[in-house]
Amino acid sequence: MTISAIGITKRFGDFVALDDVSLEVAGGELTALLGPSGSGKSTLLRVIAGLERADTGEVIISGEDATARPARERGVGFVFQHYAAFKHMTVRENVAFGLSIRHRPKAEITRRVHELLHLVQLDGLAERYPSQLSGGQRQRMALARALAVEPRVLLLDEPFGALDARVRKELRAWLRRLHEEMHVTTVFVTHDQEEAMEVADRIVIMNQGRIEQIGPPRELYERPGNEFVMSFLGPVNKLGDVLVRPHDVELLLQPNGASTEARIDRITYLGFEVRVELELPNGRKLWAQTTREWAAPLEPGKTVHVRPRATRTFDSDGVEMPRGSDSPWWDRRVTMEVHHS
Amino acid sequence: MVPARPAPPKVLRRTRVRRSTLLGIGLVTLYLSVIVLIPLAAVAWHAAELGPAAIWRVVSSPDTRAALQLSLFSSLAVAAINAVVGTIIAWVLVRDTFPGKTMVNALIDLPFALPTIVAGLTLLALYGPKGAFGVNLAYTRAAVMLALLFVTLPFVVRSVQPVLMELEQDVEEAASALGAHGLTVFRRVVLPSLLPAIVSGAGLSFARAMGEFGSVVLISGNIPFKTQIAPVRIFALIESGDSAGAAALAVVLLLISFAVLLGLAFVQRWGRGGDEEA
Amino acid sequence: MRKRSKGPAAPISRGSGAGKYGLRTIALAYLALILVLPVGMVFYRTFENGLRPVLQALTDPMALHALYLTVVIAAIAVPLNTVFGVFCALLLVRRAFPGKRFLSVLVDVPFAVSPVVVGLSLVLVYGRTGWLGGWLAENGMRVIFAWPSMVLATIFVSLPFVVREVVPVLQEFGVEQDQAAHTLGATTWQTFWRITLPAIRGGVTYGVVLTTARALGEFGAVSIVSGKIAGQTSTLTVHVEERFQQFDLVGAYTSSLVLAVIALVIVLGMTLLRPKEAGS
Repeated sequence: MTISAIGITKRFGDFVALDDVSLEVAGGELTALLGPSGSGKSTLLRVIAGLERADTGEVIISGEDATARPARERGVGFVFQHYAAFKHMTVRENVAFGLSIRHRPKAEITRRVHELLHLVQLDGLAERYPSQLSGGQRQRMALARALAVEPRVLLLDEPFGALDARVRKELRAWLRRLHEEMHVTTVFVTHDQEEAMEVADRIVIMNQGRIEQIGPPRELYERPGNEFVMSFLGPVNKLGDVLVRPHDVELLLQPNGASTEARIDRITYLGFEVRVELELPNGRKLWAQTTREWAAPLEPGKTVHVRPRATRTFDSDGVEMPRGSDSPWWDRRVTMEVHHS
Repeated sequence: MVPARPAPPKVLRRTRVRRSTLLGIGLVTLYLSVIVLIPLAAVAWHAAELGPAAIWRVVSSPDTRAALQLSLFSSLAVAAINAVVGTIIAWVLVRDTFPGKTMVNALIDLPFALPTIVAGLTLLALYGPKGAFGVNLAYTRAAVMLALLFVTLPFVVRSVQPVLMELEQDVEEAASALGAHGLTVFRRVVLPSLLPAIVSGAGLSFARAMGEFGSVVLISGNIPFKTQIAPVRIFALIESGDSAGAAALAVVLLLISFAVLLGLAFVQRWGRGGDEEA
Repeated sequence: MRKRSKGPAAPISRGSGAGKYGLRTIALAYLALILVLPVGMVFYRTFENGLRPVLQALTDPMALHALYLTVVIAAIAVPLNTVFGVFCALLLVRRAFPGKRFLSVLVDVPFAVSPVVVGLSLVLVYGRTGWLGGWLAENGMRVIFAWPSMVLATIFVSLPFVVREVVPVLQEFGVEQDQAAHTLGATTWQTFWRITLPAIRGGVTYGVVLTTARALGEFGAVSIVSGKIAGQTSTLTVHVEERFQQFDLVGAYTSSLVLAVIALVIVLGMTLLRPKEAGS
């Protein structure tokens, strides 16, 4: 059940939502479309679903050209951020909807709904109305509803965006487990990089209508292709051209190798994690992420020596620059002029 | 990242009006044409047939001019009265509580539901000869005003009520915490928010009063120069066979009403300007 | 996003007691004078001379025919305007096209037209000397002075209500549920019938109540196009006036009573069905 999107462009008036985007999703994979608002990720999802028509390009689902087909005929299941529950129907009627419009026999519908409600752990709530359910329950119902018609492809548009943090985390894990059980090709949209990293087999990072990078979570994190990807997937210290992850900032009590002095401005204790804000002799600031044990001897105002375990440098086009330069890592000037039109 | 097969030629699909939309517009326009547009066009055409000179003669004939003046004056007066009293009634219904309030609130809709001729008959019963109060207002302008006030009662009230209900009371409370009291709060905080609704309701009152017929026809006696309003004059012209004259006056009435409608559309946009459309 | 109402507004907490009672008095006195007393009079005057004249008037064949005609005309006009109203609302809310705002204003035109002008316009199209007059006469069809013109007049005056009531409800409803149904495989008709219509049911019902009220109460336009041929083309409202002109006050008041009772039932319906402002 592969998906191919080829050369998709979509404009809304003057705004370019998607700019010649192409994507392949392998069968059975759980793929995340990740990016900030306006990156085009939801638009791409909706184009695949058939809820939007692209200005150019093709959508191919399981080898068939679906570009001209309406959403109804594409065999996609879609889950909306705000559930799109049928408010005037019970949970049972919601889940049964796809089957009942296909005029399946009643016995089959009853059996299937029962199975699905059990799968999404909503047994016993069948006769309730969506307004009587919590947000998390509504979304599980929406998922059951989408799965009822055995879609070839499951598409979720920020499915947990409307839920609070704890429920979001629970459902995240739950979705992953569900996917492992059912193996339906799934694409979901999120702006939460932690969510994407936790759930997805592959992440597609998007920005301003274009795809920045595609890969498994770990690869994207450890080998980001440009500054945008690096700073989107995790916190980053930017010193001129040099980017250092806070957890790569080593704190030493004695100078060592490429280390330099720094003054501790502030220490924040966040449970397990400790955040140490530092000021370098040239006035630049950075912060280090460390643990309680390592931070124990530190105090605000004290001097400490810092050294990065790893750095990355990208030029203004986002291309990684090779290492090796005259100036030290902490005093690198911005080497390229940034051209803005 | 990019698929191996060569990219297909790019075909730009322009977003144009969908076919089903065009069909829908067609059907709606057909219905509106048959029911509303063609008949009104007939009125305009028959009036135009007279030629501008003749139209002017008809419209400025003493009877007709008096009728128009009375209509305009009464409708404006009624709109003004409704603007004030309607707001008071809306305020009392939203902010006050007293036994029977629900029933009173329901009764506001009565002029919408009661046929105008029945309204006219009952006004006659109350204020006509043999009237309940011994006051005989029949054949007077006061009678015309009473009838018009009856039929236009709900407009301002129903227009202002929802705005008043949505008006967040913390705005008022914040104002009074800053030292403003009662009437000042009303004048400077509440009234500006209500103004679009009041104007909208008053405009609807005006338009309705200009066109009112059934409730006036019995009690006013339709005495030309004294109590004959424009719609009744049109009726008289039709009865006497002067359909062209009737059409001419009708066109004048229509123009005034359409001007009011368009003005109301602008007011609505102004009123919504304060809210965010999500 | 609709502003959430804070629930039933709190009563006036500040302000002088005199001010509060003053406003209340003004409001209630005005309503009593303009509204309550006139309606009360209908009941009083109808039964002024006892029950028997009333019963006679009620069973008068002309009155019964008038009632029958009123109901039949409404039974044609209201469903037509309901279908049109829902269709037009869908078009206005869900589709984009040039001239959309113009269409919206056009729908409101009947509010601005005097019933007398409505009657005149129909006479000028379908009457003997009207645009279609000749053609109709040749084919032996009568529109003016017959029930078809009365139906057309009633449709005209009661046209906007369903549209205006359904549009905000449809806007509030949004498109996501329809889209969800679509992705689940529902056809356009299935989506409309099973998802959209049940959701806008409240707006449609309220619009129908308003349309019916207007249709039943129409007087001026129907009066002109019907020719007031007593016993044949009188609706109940026209019948009231006719009885009055014939000095049959009991007959006039009795028919008025029937109409007033219907009106009160409609007012009850309006109160119960009025769309809630706050999101519930």
